[in-house]
Amino acid sequence: MTVSDYQTAPHEATRNACYLCAPLGASIAFSGIARCLPYLHGGQGCATYIRRYTISHFREPMDIASSSFGEEATVFGGKDNLFCGLKNVISQYQPDLIGIASTCLSETIGENVPALIEEFRQSVDLGETQLVFASTPSYAGSHLTGFHKAVLATAKALAVKKEEHGGINIMPGMISPADIRYIKRICQDLGISAALLPDYSDTLDGVSWPEYHCFPEGGTPVSVLKGMGGAKASIELCRFSDPQLSAASFLEKCHGLPAYRIGLPVGVRAADEFMDLLSGYAGRPLPEGYTRERGRLLDAYVDAHKYVFGRKALVYGDADFVMGIGRFLAEIGMVPVLCTADKGGNLAGQAEDLLAGVEKAVVLEGADFADIETLATELKPDIFIGSSKGYKLARLLGVPLVRLGFPVHDRLGGARLRCVGYAGTQELFDRIVNALLEHRQDESDIGYSYM
Amino acid sequence: MIEILKDRKQQVREGGKAAGFDMVCDTASLAGSVSQRACVFCGSRVVLYPIADALHLVHGPVGCAAYTWDIRGALSSGPQLHRMSFSTDLREKDVIFGGEKKLYRVLTELIDTYHPKAAFVYSTCIVGVIGDDVEAVCRTVSREKGIDVIPVHSEGFRGTKKNGYQAACQALSRLVGTADTAGISKLSLNILGDFNIAGEIWQIKEYYRRMGIQVVSTITGDGRVDEIRRAHGASLNVVQCSGSMMALARMMQEKYGIPYLRVSYFGIEDMSKALYEVAEKLGDEAMLSRTRELVSQEVASIMPELREYRRKLEGARALVYTGGAFKVFSMVRSLRTLGIKTVVAGSQTGDKDDYRQLADLCDEDTVLLDDTNPLELAKYVQEKGVDLIIGGVKERPIAYKLGVGFCDHNHERKICLAGYSGMLNFAREVYTSVCSPVWSLMPRRRLHTGGEQT
Repeated sequence: MTVSDYQTAPHEATRNACYLCAPLGASIAFSGIARCLPYLHGGQGCATYIRRYTISHFREPMDIASSSFGEEATVFGGKDNLFCGLKNVISQYQPDLIGIASTCLSETIGENVPALIEEFRQSVDLGETQLVFASTPSYAGSHLTGFHKAVLATAKALAVKKEEHGGINIMPGMISPADIRYIKRICQDLGISAALLPDYSDTLDGVSWPEYHCFPEGGTPVSVLKGMGGAKASIELCRFSDPQLSAASFLEKCHGLPAYRIGLPVGVRAADEFMDLLSGYAGRPLPEGYTRERGRLLDAYVDAHKYVFGRKALVYGDADFVMGIGRFLAEIGMVPVLCTADKGGNLAGQAEDLLAGVEKAVVLEGADFADIETLATELKPDIFIGSSKGYKLARLLGVPLVRLGFPVHDRLGGARLRCVGYAGTQELFDRIVNALLEHRQDESDIGYSYM
Repeated sequence: MIEILKDRKQQVREGGKAAGFDMVCDTASLAGSVSQRACVFCGSRVVLYPIADALHLVHGPVGCAAYTWDIRGALSSGPQLHRMSFSTDLREKDVIFGGEKKLYRVLTELIDTYHPKAAFVYSTCIVGVIGDDVEAVCRTVSREKGIDVIPVHSEGFRGTKKNGYQAACQALSRLVGTADTAGISKLSLNILGDFNIAGEIWQIKEYYRRMGIQVVSTITGDGRVDEIRRAHGASLNVVQCSGSMMALARMMQEKYGIPYLRVSYFGIEDMSKALYEVAEKLGDEAMLSRTRELVSQEVASIMPELREYRRKLEGARALVYTGGAFKVFSMVRSLRTLGIKTVVAGSQTGDKDDYRQLADLCDEDTVLLDDTNPLELAKYVQEKGVDLIIGGVKERPIAYKLGVGFCDHNHERKICLAGYSGMLNFAREVYTSVCSPVWSLMPRRRLHTGGEQT
């Protein structure tokens, strides 16, 4: 593994960024709480842009309220706007929780939002509505930072009950709704009661409605989140994000629950680790269905080993996603020649362990797509794995792109792409192999129909 | 049923014409109302985005640039620089110590790398707050690099999207009038306020060519810096998206004496009217007769298929919600051509005059909405039994969740909807959605796509 050999030329400009801003991540995380409305304390544009962007991926209604800062609020402070905004949201939506996130604007004018929220709490009868605040200036970290900050803020604000209930907490990170559904199913099949923070498996991938609701069905209820302090353990599928932002670590410190920060369970080894952990807590072996899934996956590994061995992949996206996929690729004999993710975690530090034995894997933090283009031209990957944002470059280089992560807005079903556990890995594996086969056919003069 | 927020009641007109037209509009969005509207930056970015040989640098944290990366369907016949997302990506230390130095370095670096014809630097919210002297940095870089580096005062909090349009027009006015106008015909015009979504401007230019008119510049669809510099040499400005471009048209009238026309290229009626008006303004009897021939040829070529669609769509009910108000008029007329009644109409940025005109154009009981939100839209979709929503990406999930057809008429679409063939595409789009059999499976559906179909 080398990092230094392939540094791109230093540059100041960000040219086609690989990451988005913190309030977006916070909004997605808040969407995974039942009857929760994300609320941005800042300008109208931030809420609208984030809505538009997330709608393009999830293709679901995405209501995000804002304080609609104008010049006056920017100069004299946004208290009136915040109070007015919260009152309007409460009267129209009657939410169980308002997930308030700040923006670069409100942070920079020095708004003390927690104090304002406290004042608001004193001044009105909130009834059952909870208010949670995450400080998410967009110049600190990325959308992942915002996501984790919202998760941590929710755990801090809600997890109060210490009565033991034998369940566990799972902080899945920013994975797809379908991945979350799969994790829930495993827990259900093992008889584990799991509090997922967040759980947008239904809220951001739901059914058609007979009439419009203020909130989509689903999400983890506030009452369940309140009980997080009484769980047996917390499992976080994010090991690269900033440990300071770990909700599992917070619950460990405050409520004494063991915290497991494991990576994304993609690939047999990583999925085993996750499944073993769950089955250990359930006190029972994994149901046979899952061992069959695992067996089929191994069988597929064998069937396709020649197609993938030595093939070079370029993986980009969020740190945990990228390293999870990188580790899986190493497991099947592919070479993750370039893994890039946003800054803010400890990617390079932990990459050594994860990609041990993989030669020539370049791990790069904070790259933009112009950097990726430079490196890709040099490293000549056979395949791209990541969001839709790599499409232009993949097309330019004539390599297939397996879409995964966020955003996938040039294909249907971004919310239904799976990669975790045995079944998720199976889907990803098939997609990778088939993309390579399809590419071989496309490149062939003869066009064999029998590969 | 969903209640309209108290402070928004005057922005909704549902009592029919008798209720009067004194709608409240042109105001900041109400906090907490989940407005469909964006910000000043959005307004500027939309307008200037299609200038393809300019560098568009967003000065601020990463979000504003990331959300507008290659977002629009604005096509270029040459350079593709507009499709890149450049950002100063301000970080904490830049916010504390100021972003001017970084802006200088980023600008210099990007200009050296991409050799643009000019550069636009968009100020975002935070830049307004930390007080970077963007103007001064632009001046320095402009001097050093020998190209126009133009600041766009688009701090998000400085008003609504409309103020962003004005900021864009101000930026454009710095380019107009800076090049020689030799060789420009008397029969010439600038196309303002068409953004070449899916190549629409190429079609409009072709109409003008057939009429015998020279197009000096297109502002800003398929726009080029050097053409915009010469725009003051044209005899007429033809403004489509008037919300965004009237400021520039007025400025050019004052400064260069160029008259302007407000037109729309959407729908048979408005498209034809636009061509006739231009012919009257610029041409002679010969041009008028060429225009008549053009219009009758084009209309004849699409009518048979259009009639087929009308037969299938007759009786359907639509909700139209767009960014600018002027476009709503064309939509209402185009839908009428297809036998569809507009039961709800509104825009993000309409003014009183727009809504008065809209009220005149629509039916007695059409609901008018200014700066609305998902809950209101959903309420009227249900109450009015809407079969079709015309809007942008943010309105789409509201339609689809409720099992209602949707047609994207925003900047992100990839289908040409302007001109005569555009009208046919529009009809096809509407038909494809409204008459899809999937709706009959939806939990809320009372299909009345009517006509001879049902």
